[in-house]
Amino acid sequence: MTTLAEPLEELWSEEPGLGTWLSTVDHKRLAKKYLYTALAFLILGGIEASVMRLQLAHANLKLLDPETFNQLFTMHGVTMIFLFSVPVFSGFGVYMIPLMIGTREMAFPRLNSFTYWVFLAAGLFMYSAFLIGRVPDAGWFNYTPLADKPFSGGVNIDFYALGLIFLGISTTGTAINFLTTIFKMRAPGMTLNRMPIFVWGELAMQVSLLFAQPALTLATVMLMLQRHWHYHFFDAAAGGDNLLWQHLFWIFGHPLVYIIVLPGLGILATILPTFARRPMVGYTWVVLAEMATAFIGFGVWVHHMFATDLPAMSISFISLTSFLVAIPSGIQVFAWLATLVTGKIVLKTPMLFVLGFILIFVIGGVSGVMAASVPFDQATTDTYFVVAHFHYIMAGVAIFPVLAAIYYWGPKIWGRLLHEGWGKVSFWLVFVGFNLAFFPMHLLGLLGMPRRIYTYQAGLGWDSYNLVETIGTFIMGIGILISFINWFWSIRHGERAGNDPWSSETLEWATSSPPADYDFETIPEVRSLHPTWDQPELKDGSQPPELGGRPLAEGHRVLATSLLDATPEAIVDMPHDSIWPFILTVSLTLFFYGALTRIAVFAAVGGAATAISVLGWIWPRGQTQEM
Amino acid sequence: MRPTGEVGFVEWERARRRLWRACALVVLASSTGCAASSPSVLHAKGPAERQVTGLWWSMLAVSVVVIVFVVVMGGWGVVKTRRRREEDIHRDVPWGDRFILISGIGITGAILVAFFLVSLRSMATLARARPSSVEITITGHDWWWEARYPNGAVTANEIHIPAGERVQINLRSADVIHSLWVPELAPKIDLIPGRENEMWIQANQPGQYRGQCAEFCGLQHAHMIFFVIADTPADFNTWMQDMAAPALAPATPIAVQGQQVFLSNTCIGCHSIRGTSANGQLGPDLTHMATRATIGAGTLPLTPQTLTQWILAPEQIKPGVTMPPTSLTPDEVRALVTYLLSLGFKS
Repeated sequence: MTTLAEPLEELWSEEPGLGTWLSTVDHKRLAKKYLYTALAFLILGGIEASVMRLQLAHANLKLLDPETFNQLFTMHGVTMIFLFSVPVFSGFGVYMIPLMIGTREMAFPRLNSFTYWVFLAAGLFMYSAFLIGRVPDAGWFNYTPLADKPFSGGVNIDFYALGLIFLGISTTGTAINFLTTIFKMRAPGMTLNRMPIFVWGELAMQVSLLFAQPALTLATVMLMLQRHWHYHFFDAAAGGDNLLWQHLFWIFGHPLVYIIVLPGLGILATILPTFARRPMVGYTWVVLAEMATAFIGFGVWVHHMFATDLPAMSISFISLTSFLVAIPSGIQVFAWLATLVTGKIVLKTPMLFVLGFILIFVIGGVSGVMAASVPFDQATTDTYFVVAHFHYIMAGVAIFPVLAAIYYWGPKIWGRLLHEGWGKVSFWLVFVGFNLAFFPMHLLGLLGMPRRIYTYQAGLGWDSYNLVETIGTFIMGIGILISFINWFWSIRHGERAGNDPWSSETLEWATSSPPADYDFETIPEVRSLHPTWDQPELKDGSQPPELGGRPLAEGHRVLATSLLDATPEAIVDMPHDSIWPFILTVSLTLFFYGALTRIAVFAAVGGAATAISVLGWIWPRGQTQEM
Repeated sequence: MRPTGEVGFVEWERARRRLWRACALVVLASSTGCAASSPSVLHAKGPAERQVTGLWWSMLAVSVVVIVFVVVMGGWGVVKTRRRREEDIHRDVPWGDRFILISGIGITGAILVAFFLVSLRSMATLARARPSSVEITITGHDWWWEARYPNGAVTANEIHIPAGERVQINLRSADVIHSLWVPELAPKIDLIPGRENEMWIQANQPGQYRGQCAEFCGLQHAHMIFFVIADTPADFNTWMQDMAAPALAPATPIAVQGQQVFLSNTCIGCHSIRGTSANGQLGPDLTHMATRATIGAGTLPLTPQTLTQWILAPEQIKPGVTMPPTSLTPDEVRALVTYLLSLGFKS
């Protein structure tokens, strides 16, 4: 097989150096950038949360003034949702999906590079608001009229609106890239019913993102038009309607919950069978449940608006869909339980995080069901009860499966196992800290504490719960930091992983750790839902041609296959690294700063640079190899 | 599981309430016991909130069962399967699909639909049109509450209602979205500019019920507090008559001086004192200010000291507040405070 490795290495490797650091299109290098960037934003969002928890540790503290507090909770939400959760799951997808479906690249490698750089640029754009102290401060939900000019005159809200429009370019491109990759690049034989659940989870995530994102982009564009160009979409005095913003925001915002949850459940469903030493029970039902959740997720947005006094008929309809969206989650929970009792549980660190998450997900699930009840929701919405609920779901899914994935896939990505002992210490600190931080919030909500208040009065019985939450936050923070230190230490000094340290079932383990630039020496022929378990030849890292492996070593090529049955359809030449995605991102950044400052010349220069960059990107250079 | 007849339902409801109150004391140790001073959703003091607590206890009961089931079954899997040999694992689990569908769709679905129907019933109860004894229009402002009564009475942040009677509340906003929430009395409804929302509240017993704005409304969202004060119907009627009357004339020389300070300064740009020339509409009506117990929308108790601080530098008490600081001399402030604190009721 070494005869294949050499030409493939030649074809797929990129020159080392700063140039390719900016121009790389290798999905593995880009995915690592995604992960490092997203985790840096996690740390920022975590610092924001910690400072807020200090302010709320006791009644009437004066650590933060109200303006700073409002900025922090706004940026905490924006960061954790848009700059951590969504990109971290996209990052794992960008790394793992080509490997799990047995190909060598994402479908559009340069788009992949572009969407990463835009994510970074949009994140830095929003965070640059801190440099001038004009940080978005109307909450991540940014309701009008509070976010409109009369009540938020500064550029704070412009950073928010333009930043999210900018970021929307990245998420839309990512979604298109994922869908094409998943539909058209699966290894021959990987029919849809042999596709790993994680890939289904990512598929559900990206489909939702593709359809949800336009509502947010539309809403933020309308907000900018209203703020600066005399439009009145949300201006009640001029015949607009403030609820329009809420509808548009939550038509995006509720599917977003599933956009974050579904890939997390996909990670869970990848790790669980490995450490239960058996296939997932009810694969078909789990997959259908994920897709059903993504679909029903578009029909529940009004449950964020139960207290806006909409007609009873429409909210009772949404109440029903909000109850029913729990059914697919129920299906998945029972499938996990059936898998747990019929396997042989191996308690490695990734599995601990998965088990902890199951409990957290169920607690967050039942409180979510409660919130589907209109009268109960009207009593608890905008209180800490809801804060507890969605942290159990969204922080739960963005912490536990993500840490589980770092322990589980880290050995594949960096070639070394993370330290088990410290992993377990980290798990227990995170698990205990998480529950201390978020469980008392249920009680505080019931005890009458509203959300988004920068302080509270003494004598209301809220102090001790708040103190416990603050302590819990720091315990959890220490637990997460231990995992990060473990991770950075282990990728240098950890035990070598080998191809398949966990004896897993999916294709990413049928190659070296870390994978070579070309991922697989041969594109494997897949004959099972559990290829690495059922096809012994894959254990050695590649499938020999006589068993179906396709070398595709004549060029920088991948195989395109059919959507349902993954039968080979075409051989596709893939583009090499390019600096244009980075240049286009820089141009767009200029344009968005131009729009922010509303200096016409600045914006025009940015727009012209963008147009030139697009031309530069698509300019024919005769690189395409003839088939 | 649940008896369907009306009588059976009521009995079951009672038994369940007793059972789960006992359990909940353990689960939520201090939410019902120790923290009696909290404005708790679970201390329902009116029929609207009763609907909520009924739903809460029934949903909590089922939720606890679900969580216990998951912990027991999952825990059993973790503990009992560790010694199993890999050869003994069967890929096909004959009962797997049946188990997933019966528990995941059948039982889960039945519970969810039952919850939906029960909560629909509560919704209908809350929405049912019934005659109200009094109709109050509450307008949310950054960051205080204005209450207007049918007889012309206007007050701020302390909203009197007759106990035992259903009170219609019309919700309006002068600026951004607010949300009216009295945890012990009723679910919350938003006050949205450009929309005419409404709700009703009822307190079974006379008493004071704390409320707070629940929709984020800017810098002082945390200090947009109010109190619903339920009086006996007779007391309420007296109160409403008194509140509608014009302000008392200043009775002492220093109060007279205070009134002059008030009327000759920027105070009148925002505040009204009915019976004088002050008719500003931006800030709270001060006609009977001395009858209120707090200042700054529940931020501080109303005393000569706090009122003095508030007049001199409201920003220090409530950063971001729209009331500007004053440059009055100490004598003027003393007179003004005396005057304002003399603005009680005639009776």
